[in-house]
Amino acid sequence: MNLILFTFIVLLGFTSYYFGRKKAYTIQSTKKRLTALPQFYGYYLAIWCAIPAFIIFSLWAIFEPTIVKLLILSDYSNQGYLDDELNLIYEKTKALSRGQFTGEITPFIEASAEKYLSLRSIAQSSKVVIVLSAIIASVAYAYKRISSNSRTREPVEKFLNAVLFTASLAAILTTVGIVFSLIFQTIDFFKVIPLFDFVFGTHWYPAKAFVRDSSEALDPTMYSDTFGAVPIFAGTFFIAFIAMCVAIPIGLMSGIYLAEYASTKVRQYAKPLIEILAGIPTVVYGFFAALTVGPFLKELGTSMGLEVSAESALAAGGVMGIMIIPFISSLSDDVITSVPQSLRDGSYAMGATKSETIKRVIFPAALPGIVGSILLGVSRAIGETMIVVMASGLAANLTLNPLESTSTITAQIVVILIGDQAFGDPKTQAAFALGMSLFLVTLCLNIVALRVVKKYREKYE
Amino acid sequence: MRKNGVKMIKIKAKDVDVFYGKKQALFNISLDIEENQVTALIGPSGCGKSTFLRCLNRMNDVIDICSVKGEILINDFNINDKSCDVVRLREKIGMVFQKPNPFPKTLYENVSYGPTIHGMAQSKQEMDEIVETSLKKAALWEEVKDRLHEPGTGLSGGQQQRLCIARAISVRPEVILMDEPCSALDPIATAQIEELIDELKKEHTIIIVTHSMAQAARVSQNTGFFHLGQLIEHGSTDKIFKNPDNTKTQDYITGRFG
Repeated sequence: MNLILFTFIVLLGFTSYYFGRKKAYTIQSTKKRLTALPQFYGYYLAIWCAIPAFIIFSLWAIFEPTIVKLLILSDYSNQGYLDDELNLIYEKTKALSRGQFTGEITPFIEASAEKYLSLRSIAQSSKVVIVLSAIIASVAYAYKRISSNSRTREPVEKFLNAVLFTASLAAILTTVGIVFSLIFQTIDFFKVIPLFDFVFGTHWYPAKAFVRDSSEALDPTMYSDTFGAVPIFAGTFFIAFIAMCVAIPIGLMSGIYLAEYASTKVRQYAKPLIEILAGIPTVVYGFFAALTVGPFLKELGTSMGLEVSAESALAAGGVMGIMIIPFISSLSDDVITSVPQSLRDGSYAMGATKSETIKRVIFPAALPGIVGSILLGVSRAIGETMIVVMASGLAANLTLNPLESTSTITAQIVVILIGDQAFGDPKTQAAFALGMSLFLVTLCLNIVALRVVKKYREKYE
Repeated sequence: MRKNGVKMIKIKAKDVDVFYGKKQALFNISLDIEENQVTALIGPSGCGKSTFLRCLNRMNDVIDICSVKGEILINDFNINDKSCDVVRLREKIGMVFQKPNPFPKTLYENVSYGPTIHGMAQSKQEMDEIVETSLKKAALWEEVKDRLHEPGTGLSGGQQQRLCIARAISVRPEVILMDEPCSALDPIATAQIEELIDELKKEHTIIIVTHSMAQAARVSQNTGFFHLGQLIEHGSTDKIFKNPDNTKTQDYITGRFG
């Protein structure tokens, strides 16, 4: 029913577009000058036809269930039922009306179910009536405006403006919503765990929080020395550092090769091939790191008399670096290519060689973009999850030895949230606190990136 | 410059053909360029005058599909020969482009660019001197001497072009190629550059491509007229403008086409 009504509104919208435009042609044929192109008359009428109808339609969809529920439950008021019981009665009623109720049918429930059905049908038909009359009223109004050749371009443009604004507002509000949910959970977490312990504690062992019996009262002292985030922050930055040590030189050099040295033909094939690297799912990189690179490094290390953990930071960071290469190479290639040819010509004309030109002119000119691409790579390295979960181990060791296993923020969030979690438990909230700190770190990186880019822009443009 | 009344020839082009892929852009160009004179190359758009200019310092090497045939003798040495060192060649033959293209560096770094890559200065002091002389010769010193360490891109269009000229002359080239150096500039900046060209020809041989006939008449001693990839006529500017041999030249100069 709803679907039919919906389709009907859409069809009416298209029809009104057609009629609006036709009306415009009629006005034109009387030698009057139109206030806008004929399409605008069509859009104007279509907007007035469809938008009020959709607004009523969606408001109805939001409020109908609540109102029906209130009406049904009004029969049970003053009988001393608890809220939970009332909800149960309502669910039973709904189930019975759909014929899916399997329990004992009491006369009360049966009566309610009948009432429910009749209410629903009243609601449906009145919805159709109201929506249709809204369409008629608004179309009549709009058609009158069109007929008197009133302005249509401005309202249509304003409407488009409003639509675009709503879309961006939706994106912004989602972000704000996510940040706020992070903030509130994080605040709850820090009510139990002191901020100081979290930021400066060197021992991360959330598994300890599992042991608590949920019926026991929360005792903050038992968590001391459980949620010290230093090891996992250190691990995160350490692995990101290893990744960037791999990604920056290889990515940058291949970007420079593609942009400056490669012939058109090589570039045509090499660039998509490198970009394929970016298309490999991170989970594949993950088991590549865990099953191929990790054991290989371990054997290599053993043959050289070194003790290498099978889940080493080196394996995870190295593979992560390979994953980031295409970002850096592709972005820096774009940036270098967009350096104006006139600068190259100027340098060559002075007798500079290719490498001198790249080193002294092109690279400095492209630097803001290159720094941007590197920082983008760093954010990815810090936020990357799958590879570290699989390849770098889950024990949060505080170490700077790349051959040992270590853990990262993202991996710990995964560990915490796998399986059953209790809301309101410090262990679960720890995930939010970690998420929040991860968010803050990437935010700072982005701000720094923007600053750097802006500074160089001002200098060079 | 005439030594004992004899014209000194700096550059001698013999039967130069240029191809872009399969398309021939220049046909059989033979042209002598006199030393310490300004030679203007004129002609309608797409006639090949810039292409010819770019042959003289082998800038066409940069374009993959471009190939140059024929001999270009500079100081009696064929620059299209395999033994020619392009880096040394471009040190001797400077170039100024249509659009001012200062590097995104400071004024000082812009001018010291050439001397640095050619290792011409042994000390900071020597480099300072080169930068100062070059800027003075380019008539820019007085305007910028207090802000040598600010970005070159912050100058006005005319100043930027003079900076590019300073950059070109910093390595003391024998020849300066100018590819429509004033086309992006206002009349005042143009006048300054033209005055500068006149000054520069004392020490350098100058070849200038221009769309402005008036400019060619003002600054040059010799003129070559290009049309559809061919050198139609060349000779002293006086003669080309007052009494050309070819009717096409006559038509172009009087503004009947182009």
